[in-house]
Amino acid sequence: MDLKLKIWRQASPTDKGKFVDYEVHNISSDASFLEMIDILNDELIAKGERPVAFDHDCREGICGMCSMFINGHPHGPEAATTTCQLHMRKFKDGETIVIEPWRAKPFPVIRDLIVDRSAFDLIIQEAGYISASTGGTPDANAIPIKKENADLAMDAAACIGCGACVAACKNASAMLFVSAKVSQFALLPQGKVEAKDRVKKMVAKMDELGFGNCTNTYACEAECPKEISITNIARMNRQFIGAKLG
Amino acid sequence: MSNKPYYSSITKKIIMSLMGLFLLTFLLVHLTLNSFLLFDKELFNEGAHFMGTNPFIQVFQWVLFAGFAIHIIYGIILQIQNWMSRPTGYKKRAFMEQSPFSKYMIYTGLLIFIFLAIHLTNFFFVKMGWVGNGIPEVGGKEDMGQLVIDLFHNGGYVTLYVVLILLMGFHLDHAFQSAFQTLGLNHKTYWGFIKGLSRVYAIVVTLGFVIIPLILHFK
Repeated sequence: MDLKLKIWRQASPTDKGKFVDYEVHNISSDASFLEMIDILNDELIAKGERPVAFDHDCREGICGMCSMFINGHPHGPEAATTTCQLHMRKFKDGETIVIEPWRAKPFPVIRDLIVDRSAFDLIIQEAGYISASTGGTPDANAIPIKKENADLAMDAAACIGCGACVAACKNASAMLFVSAKVSQFALLPQGKVEAKDRVKKMVAKMDELGFGNCTNTYACEAECPKEISITNIARMNRQFIGAKLG
Repeated sequence: MSNKPYYSSITKKIIMSLMGLFLLTFLLVHLTLNSFLLFDKELFNEGAHFMGTNPFIQVFQWVLFAGFAIHIIYGIILQIQNWMSRPTGYKKRAFMEQSPFSKYMIYTGLLIFIFLAIHLTNFFFVKMGWVGNGIPEVGGKEDMGQLVIDLFHNGGYVTLYVVLILLMGFHLDHAFQSAFQTLGLNHKTYWGFIKGLSRVYAIVVTLGFVIIPLILHFK
């Protein structure tokens, strides 16, 4: 496959940045999207140019590092897929592909396609945990948990914190991420103890960091590579109302 | 978390959604009253008279205005924050909104506000004696129905009215189900029903408000 690429290049957080056009040739349709960028970078390095900086780690769709806004979609046009699991056969030969970093005030660009997603870490640090005294390992089956709740908690915990929800949302809202992290605890007995404080603290942190307000467009759910449901947002809203009312 | 009191994003949205649901209920009452005009002008006038004189309604109308004001003010505050949260936009962004009209709520909201201003000038302000020559009277009683019928004989006015009501319909289509989601009332067992009801509400209310002026115009 031959492809034309329009890639956002920005040398540093303070650099103005601009789109630069590239062409890549003889790309296998079985190559992953990141492998295609690797090939481009090999060519750039061979020419003595600075390669395109992008985040990646596991390349197995579970780490949440790869973050590219591809042809108008976070992680590209294929549903429920991270960028690393996106393959070039999803594109047409000769197609022009626009590649941008996540755009949100709390996710400043560090270089090219890499953004600083520490804002998510700060939300987790605020209350995205349970407090447990150290001691002997408890029996995993000692606390009965309803199967439905266990499943829902597991579904929420599937969130890899990639930030696609923020990137997709027209308001750059982090509600889907925060609600998944609130839900994965709130649904389980161990998480219920601190549930009220947790939701209030995490929402306050989310607001403080400058994420936008959710307007229920549901773009986040549609674009989430892990298909996190917006019912988590409703659950967080219920939790929040309950916490505020005492 | 700091101890400084603040209105969280969710609190603001909950207030907006409660006001929105209040306004959605009001629209149903308004439509019911308007529909009287298709069957019996006297019945409509009775209704208008009741709304204009009943002490409870007289107090309640200011509650309604407050509801509009709060909904609008919070809507603007949230929208400005949302614009600020993405200072640099995308070069290419697909249409990803699953509730299609959610993308344009601030714009359809602005048009509804313009419609409201026109609407109040034509009816409420006339009734209050702030503009115009007052409401025509028949047999010593106010003939609000005639005022409406006369206005709907103006083709340009009917066109503007119908277009703005259709745009209001887009606002309502998102609004109804969105309020439930914000209030946390989304569960797989009934979410489909709420979304369906939201669409039905938007279509029924919009068509109702569109059909009345058209029928009166061509009658």
